[in-house]
Amino acid sequence: MRVLTSLAFLAALIVPASTQATEEQVVLGLSRDRVAITANFDGSDILIFGAIKRETPIPDGDPLQVIVSVSGPSAPVLVRRKEKKLGIWVNADSVLVDSAPSFYAVATSSPFHEAISDTEDLRHKISIKRAIRSVGADMNIQNAQEFAEAVVRIRANERLYSIRENTVAVDEQTLFRTEIDMPANLTEGNYSARIFLTRGGKVVSTYQTTIDVQKVGLERFLFNLSRQQPIVYGLMSLAIAIAAGWGASAAFRALRGT
Amino acid sequence: MQIYLPIAEVSVNAFLLLGLGGMVGILSGMFGVGGGFLMTPLLFFIGIPPAVAVATEANQIVASSFSGVLAHFRRRTVDLKMGTILLIGGLIGAALGLVLFNHLKSLGQVDLLVKLCYVVFLGVIGGLMFVESLNAIRKSRRPGGAPPKRRQRGWIHAMPLKMRFRTSGLYISVIPPLAVGLLVGVLSAIMGVGGGFIMVPAMIYLLGMPTKVVVGTSLFQIIFVTAFTTMLHATTNYTVDVVLAVLLLVGGVIGAQIGTVIGSKMKAEQLRILLAGLVLAVCGKLALDLLLMPSELYSLGPAGGH
Repeated sequence: MRVLTSLAFLAALIVPASTQATEEQVVLGLSRDRVAITANFDGSDILIFGAIKRETPIPDGDPLQVIVSVSGPSAPVLVRRKEKKLGIWVNADSVLVDSAPSFYAVATSSPFHEAISDTEDLRHKISIKRAIRSVGADMNIQNAQEFAEAVVRIRANERLYSIRENTVAVDEQTLFRTEIDMPANLTEGNYSARIFLTRGGKVVSTYQTTIDVQKVGLERFLFNLSRQQPIVYGLMSLAIAIAAGWGASAAFRALRGT
Repeated sequence: MQIYLPIAEVSVNAFLLLGLGGMVGILSGMFGVGGGFLMTPLLFFIGIPPAVAVATEANQIVASSFSGVLAHFRRRTVDLKMGTILLIGGLIGAALGLVLFNHLKSLGQVDLLVKLCYVVFLGVIGGLMFVESLNAIRKSRRPGGAPPKRRQRGWIHAMPLKMRFRTSGLYISVIPPLAVGLLVGVLSAIMGVGGGFIMVPAMIYLLGMPTKVVVGTSLFQIIFVTAFTTMLHATTNYTVDVVLAVLLLVGGVIGAQIGTVIGSKMKAEQLRILLAGLVLAVCGKLALDLLLMPSELYSLGPAGGH
């Protein structure tokens, strides 16, 4: 009996939470859910747009904010710091950042800290610094936090990491759209796109989908060959080199002979 | 026109690569150096990952050297016998160098070693060549001056296992060329270059070979050593980017042909002083990188260390 009441109590706790979460839902559209890296790939713009589906009238109070994040596959990164030793700059300390996405973009419909509170950011790992996971830095290394910051700084300079505030347009708290610009130096993998709806800094609904970034055609063929048949690939590279060298030589001789 | 490189995973301007290849190719044809010591740092600079730059550069050097050596074959300025002996030393050296390289990589600091190698070798060789060729030019300008002595007889001529090298007009022991080949092989494996900029002066000053023969013979040896390194990189690190190599070598082979023509029209002393200046310039740039505080103290690398 006691078990039953506690269950009922639990259910009472859960039900309002889940109904609240489904009160406003994202209906998403992507201009493309697949990015093909071809030989002349020089970056890609992805239009992310959608609508908010709700059964009830628009709630009063804080306006709806939308946050869109797109992140590439994560991998560990070894960060090294240079130090001056004996007059020259050499790599000294290094810290392994356990997981950092190869690409990360966040777009928000208002300044970031108005759109979401710190605790919600911590829970959903939305801001760039939260998306990077770094544990286990050596206790002997000073300012270990700076290593994670260096990852963000270096990748931001390469246009791989970006935060774009006020770039999600929201109409009538119902329609939203934004454009995520992906640079040319993308790596392959499944990119995850997440959409968060927030009110008063609290996440009220989330939606997640994947964007498939893949090499195609010749790029795919060469990449596979280099991994699966490295000897054939190496010999092919040499053959091309020899042929080009011979071809240029022969062409020049013909040119000078006439 | 942007081109996406499948192995390097970056997008670069195709014309920039063609231009770089052409420029380095001209130097390659003129001086008989593979040009790797110039091209590799340039590739870093335009954002190619270092591992890919080094491996692909080896492949490109095969092409430009092959193109260059054909031109030299026609002018009979390749000493095949000497080239073969240098090559034997070179292949053994490259294998040794790779073992050394991997050992140092496990200790860390391999980047520093590579840079120090560049600075020391480029500095010493560039300096020596510069002074020597300056003296040669001064001597040749002095009216009525005694013709320069052809060759000194020294310890090199006292060694056993002598062999006649007809093309070079030499009768010397095989031990010095083997040793030069070995040294260059070790260095080329560590520094990721063909090693022409070390071998050319070594052949001129240590072995006493005539400058005109040196270039072709050096190119001949470089083809095989770099082909060997290309295969090693392709099969162990998967870092040879064939698209990048093709773009560089199209520019490179054309440049090498032009360079060979320019080189044959210039005086040997002028050729050497230009090469010396070039070597010193690259050396200075690398030395500054080590001495001045870098604008970005941190660098990112894949975990596990490449």
